[in-house]
Amino acid sequence: MARPLTPFLWVLFSAGGTIAALLFPVHLFLTGLAFPLGWLEAPSYDVLHGLVKYPVARLYLLVLISLPLFHWAHRFRYTLYDGLQLKHLTALIAVLCYGAALAGSVMAAYTLWSIH
Amino acid sequence: MSAEAHYTPYHPKWYRRRVSVWWWLQNRSYTTFVLRELTSVSVAFFAVLSLWQLRTLVQGPEAYAHFLARLRTPLFLVLNSMAFLFVLFHTVTWFNLAPKAIVVRLQGRRVPDWVVAGLNYLACVLLSGAVIWILRGR
Amino acid sequence: MPSTVTLAVTRYRPEQEAEPTLQTYEVPLRRDWVVLDALNYIKDRLDGSLSFRWSCRMGVCGSCGMMVNGSPKLTCAAFLSDHPPGPIRVEPLHYFPVIRDLVVDTTDFMQKLKKVKPWVIRKEEKPLEEGEYLQTPEQLDAYKQFSMCINCMLCYAACPIYGLEPSFIGPAAIALAQRYNLDSRDEAARERLAILSQDDGIWQCTFVGECTKVCPKHVDPAGAIQQYKLTAAAHWFKSLVLPWGTK
Repeated sequence: MARPLTPFLWVLFSAGGTIAALLFPVHLFLTGLAFPLGWLEAPSYDVLHGLVKYPVARLYLLVLISLPLFHWAHRFRYTLYDGLQLKHLTALIAVLCYGAALAGSVMAAYTLWSIH
Repeated sequence: MSAEAHYTPYHPKWYRRRVSVWWWLQNRSYTTFVLRELTSVSVAFFAVLSLWQLRTLVQGPEAYAHFLARLRTPLFLVLNSMAFLFVLFHTVTWFNLAPKAIVVRLQGRRVPDWVVAGLNYLACVLLSGAVIWILRGR
Repeated sequence: MPSTVTLAVTRYRPEQEAEPTLQTYEVPLRRDWVVLDALNYIKDRLDGSLSFRWSCRMGVCGSCGMMVNGSPKLTCAAFLSDHPPGPIRVEPLHYFPVIRDLVVDTTDFMQKLKKVKPWVIRKEEKPLEEGEYLQTPEQLDAYKQFSMCINCMLCYAACPIYGLEPSFIGPAAIALAQRYNLDSRDEAARERLAILSQDDGIWQCTFVGECTKVCPKHVDPAGAIQQYKLTAAAHWFKSLVLPWGTK
């Protein structure tokens, strides 16, 4: 069986896509539009800081940030491959995309871990 | 037919048209497909924005207030509005295609596509409601 | 309804030109005529040198696939009256090498089809005395849709991935592999998995979905491919957790 990693990457892509499809609309709406424009009252700093201390909240945020990043990495890699026909750069693109997703995930994990 | 059929990809007389790098503009379906794929950029944008928000939250109230102020600038309002539309497009295309991949058979018959898609939409609405409640102003 | 319509047909005569050209013909516009009828009219009355494939003229043989106004269609099912008054462009099927005029070389597809072993494979054949294999309507329903494929290759002409990466095994081959994988009589799903999970197998597909749109038999190859990705991914995880249980 060649390319043993592809099924795993596809699963990450699917999981990330599902998370993004289910949760990003509401989060983006609140964070990007409703709260800044004052349509809805935002939770205070203390409330939010209190929420992220819970382990379940940290896990939620880790999943919310890292899986969609891997979704982007996989999808964008194929978009460059097919859309711009950059086949000769395929290894570089793969490393850059998954690398960036990994970096973001590690940073999220580290930040969540360091909350006290 | 004799032994192994011999495929000659570059037969000198057969004509092969090279696929243009603008292939995705030739057809409405193809263009919609590429737009759908590009929604991943807005997904990454919001993931990074959320990471940034998390980091400022951990750094302290001043840093966080600074971040919130940034979100109120015209630049970010425009970026976030566009991202929101693209993310909605992702959600709709994702849920509408999910039944093609996830075939559920109940009592020997296949569950209709609209049920699978509908359940996804329902989950989205319920989860969104939960998030709005958890993040209510207080 | 006007009495004639113009057809702009690709001509490619390798012995006299290096690139295909478009030649126009004026054919009668009859309400019940399809593009194939127009092509046959051209060949019979106007230009006997036009080359094209056709056979059953009723949508079951898969021979007459061509691009009609840029979309892959069976010319025996594309009515002249369904197309706008302007010239109707008839071109050879996309992404296949053109041998002559509207005739393309289909060897690539034939080889890929053979690769996925589209026949019932059993570890041991049931002896004749034991009678026939029995199958319930539910078991038939599991694969019936994928068995409708007539190998017309319209899906390959619609698939941009196949156009960009000719090594891609392609929609019809995967759909037909699934037709046998899901058949209760077949026992070779593992064998096909090894073939389909290679680099140029299912993982090249990015679910454009155009193949399903153009399929004249409603086979839904895109659905077959996505379902198979799930199967292959599940198998990958299983082999990770239980390496001994998956041979």
